[in-house]
Amino acid sequence: MAVDNRLSAIGGDAPPASTNGERPAARVNDLAFKIGTVNGTGSASANGLLRSAIFRMGIPVSGKNLFPSNIQGLPTWYEIRANADGHTARTARFDMVVAMNPATYQRDVKEVTPGGWVMYDSTWPLPRELDRDDVTFLGIPLAKMTVDNFKGSRVRILMKNICYVGALAALLKMDIEIVRGLLNETFAAKAKLLDANQLAISLGYEYALEHFECPLPVHLETMDGNRDSIVIDGNTAAALGCVYAGATVAAWYPITPSTSLVDAFTGFCHQFRKDPETGRHRFAIIQAEDELAAAGMVIGAAWAGARAFTSTSGAGLSLMSEFIGLAYYAEVPSVFFDVQRVGPSTGMPTRTQQGDIQFAAYASHGDTRHIVIFPANPHECFEMAVEAFDLAERFQTPVFVLTDLDIGMNDWVIPKLEWDDSYRPDRGKVLTAEELEAATGPFHRYLDVDGDGIPWRTLPGVHPNGAYLTRGSGHDRFGNYTEDSEPYADVLARVGRKIDGAAPHLPAPEIRLRDGATIGLVTIGGCRGAVLEAVDELAERGVEADYMRVRAFPFHPDVEPFLAAHEVNFVIEQNRDGQLRKLLIAETDAEKDALVSIRYYGGYPMSCHHVMDGLASHIDIGTPPGSRESAALGAAPHGAAQ
Amino acid sequence: MSYIKKPRVHHPGLTRNRLGLTRRDYEGTMSTLCAGCGHDSITAAIIEAFWELEIAPHEVAKTSGIGCSGKTPTYFLKEAHGFNGVHGRMPSITTGAHAANRELVCIGVSGDGDSLSIGMGQFAHVVRRNVDMLYIIENNGVYGLTKGQFSASADVGSTAKRGQVNREHPIDSVLLGLNLGAGFVARSFSGDKEQLVPIIKAGLRHRGFALIDVISPCVTFNDHRGSTKSYQYTRDNYNQLVYADFVPPAEEIATSIEAGDMRSVQMHDGSRIAFRKVPEDYDPTDRDQVYSYIRGRQRAGEVATGLLYVEPAPRNAVDAVDFHGIQGTVDEPLTTYPFEELCPGAEKLEKLQKRFQ
Repeated sequence: MAVDNRLSAIGGDAPPASTNGERPAARVNDLAFKIGTVNGTGSASANGLLRSAIFRMGIPVSGKNLFPSNIQGLPTWYEIRANADGHTARTARFDMVVAMNPATYQRDVKEVTPGGWVMYDSTWPLPRELDRDDVTFLGIPLAKMTVDNFKGSRVRILMKNICYVGALAALLKMDIEIVRGLLNETFAAKAKLLDANQLAISLGYEYALEHFECPLPVHLETMDGNRDSIVIDGNTAAALGCVYAGATVAAWYPITPSTSLVDAFTGFCHQFRKDPETGRHRFAIIQAEDELAAAGMVIGAAWAGARAFTSTSGAGLSLMSEFIGLAYYAEVPSVFFDVQRVGPSTGMPTRTQQGDIQFAAYASHGDTRHIVIFPANPHECFEMAVEAFDLAERFQTPVFVLTDLDIGMNDWVIPKLEWDDSYRPDRGKVLTAEELEAATGPFHRYLDVDGDGIPWRTLPGVHPNGAYLTRGSGHDRFGNYTEDSEPYADVLARVGRKIDGAAPHLPAPEIRLRDGATIGLVTIGGCRGAVLEAVDELAERGVEADYMRVRAFPFHPDVEPFLAAHEVNFVIEQNRDGQLRKLLIAETDAEKDALVSIRYYGGYPMSCHHVMDGLASHIDIGTPPGSRESAALGAAPHGAAQ
Repeated sequence: MSYIKKPRVHHPGLTRNRLGLTRRDYEGTMSTLCAGCGHDSITAAIIEAFWELEIAPHEVAKTSGIGCSGKTPTYFLKEAHGFNGVHGRMPSITTGAHAANRELVCIGVSGDGDSLSIGMGQFAHVVRRNVDMLYIIENNGVYGLTKGQFSASADVGSTAKRGQVNREHPIDSVLLGLNLGAGFVARSFSGDKEQLVPIIKAGLRHRGFALIDVISPCVTFNDHRGSTKSYQYTRDNYNQLVYADFVPPAEEIATSIEAGDMRSVQMHDGSRIAFRKVPEDYDPTDRDQVYSYIRGRQRAGEVATGLLYVEPAPRNAVDAVDFHGIQGTVDEPLTTYPFEELCPGAEKLEKLQKRFQ
């Protein structure tokens, strides 16, 4: 196969170019729309209501919040994608835009797919320059309706949001009883608010029924796709994992987008971890003065025998890197969640990226190499949180759980979380007081007794025979200070072997093979949805691709054979430099030329079209089934790709 | 620096405490600091204090940062776990350890560079959190391991060994500690073991954060004329402002002290601090007064020492907020909780998830 091996970097986020302005044919349970509002106006609960109602209609759905690093007054968007096939990665193809923020009208109107719809507040006329003749404008006098029906400016602002939910319910044929039921649940204890919300829903709903042809040809129908599913964000799921893993100490410093992980952990601890009689805490959550201190507290607590973790984002991880080296070299089990955001430096704090892959793999000075695991969605956030503590204690080393803003803060439909009550934590090799009492010889902290590179450890306060001095300075296998070449190198080499030896015990890659596949698509973390959608789309176009999602570093033994089995592997990730590809080149025997990078790093979650466009710049990705005929007549094989 | 190893044989005539341990059992490995280093005298005082208090060494967690002070936990309590972490970060390590296991007796040894420069943030916040620990600053005014640069505690006008004059204002850990709300603040001198041992004992028994700043001359880089942290300067300007004895709960206050001079402050565990001699206009339980008094002595060129401030045991629970009080933690160490009591289990997970549907 002829392949262009030059790297193709994609920094833009332009939707695929339109081919015609025709009105879309009827399409059921396959749509996307976005709502543009102003942050701080309470639109989040209205948008959540929409997403929840679609979920309860049994339709796979995702909700993505594109918010500013700001408290009040700046533009914010919420994107909802519902798809019967479960393709809920972000799409840039919006059937409808609900334009509630005049400041972004122009941009929002532009983003609607030809043939789509723009809903706007027609209390005031729409500026003429926004007019597009290939979309339909649905004007609803939302402000007027709320002024006529509600008192108080705050309530009016809030109810305007609920009004557009009502209108959308009619236009998209949502089950209005489900919408009303959700409101009943939310405001069960607040009758006054409930009445106002129900009225607002009715106002929007009835206005739409009366003035527009409802439902639109692109709409929703109740199905049965979510029976054993939940809607949850990754930070909440990870926090729950920490509770279930038995973590008792969390130390952290507030930073978007990881803050809600500790917030959720706090909530769950208050729910599940209070002494039933005294109400006192079986946990300690410490808001540190900075990320350095947070890391130190985690390491101190883990050293003392607690399961301890911190949650941060890239900027915080940079600050923690000194302590990370200490935990690596002194072999202190510790868990670091890095909910990645856009870097470098402060970057774009409320946008998503996978920019810390390489940094986490080798964080800190000197020879360091870390166990890093990469959840793709909240389900894996829960499971991998538990696994992270086991791995940290088993291998006595810091373990990093790399998620990102999209996984951590957005709403995902995932299979219900399950828990096996027979689970017991893997605390690794820890000597008990009885074992230390019975010991015939002295205890040596860094001696490789079992030949697996993992020494035994002891906890403070347990037994005098277990005492040793933990140090980040040079030490020998007995735990003594050293500046001598051989004893130092002996320990460092053994720690290296220990991490090497962890690879087969880490999460194996997710691999999906297809008959007749000629290329491999390799990806990581939250790109999963977009890449799987691309695999399906490629198949529809007559191109078969194998899929592998790397789930851990050091790379599992299954990773290299996949790479070797394909003449070309496209490595798809969300950063500028192709960090996963670089790691694969450095840490496997894969040929450099057999790994072709496809990247999108503009800050929004990766979409299928990023993958397709990237592929199209290297290979013939075929033509959509509908346009096979034109392809046969000699149309450009690269289609709409840029 | 000494190259001889300590003999393991104990003299049978050594006095034993109620745990059956001699002072030798509270020692560590041989010090590698310079002969005459003030830090070694502090180590000796620490050993004496732990022995006298009859604390089992393995119940102690000893922590330090980087620098000459960072090395010292190796030299005491060999049967205790120690953690020599990274520069200026001893407070966070200790906070974590104490959070996980509140039964550990925490002692952190730091230096003026470790606490007042690179670790100033962590020092300030460990005071604020009122972590139950004894925090000793071995204060010599210089960076010894890197050969004599001024530290943040060097006084204006003091000179370095090579003659440079310090023009930057010093940070005084005692005044800082008072300012940040430390409930136990002391300053002592490594050359005054008689004063230092009872202060260390009281500091170990104080519930909450206890700070002892010990002037500890650096014989190699800061013991010359022109230094305000030399043995000579400290002896010449030393003001034993406060004489205090530590009295364990069961013991009577020694009768040899004249009753009229004596004030006693009750501590949380029932032990008392008996002030043998304080100036007439000085109240060691009045934070504001202590602050201005020390400032006054400093202006007069004196180094005021002693157990300068101690917060009496609080009368109500609201005041008694050490780290675990603030946290609202259970009495048992978190490390002792069985997993079964920490993990909510499958049934609760199933129920919880209704919220996400």
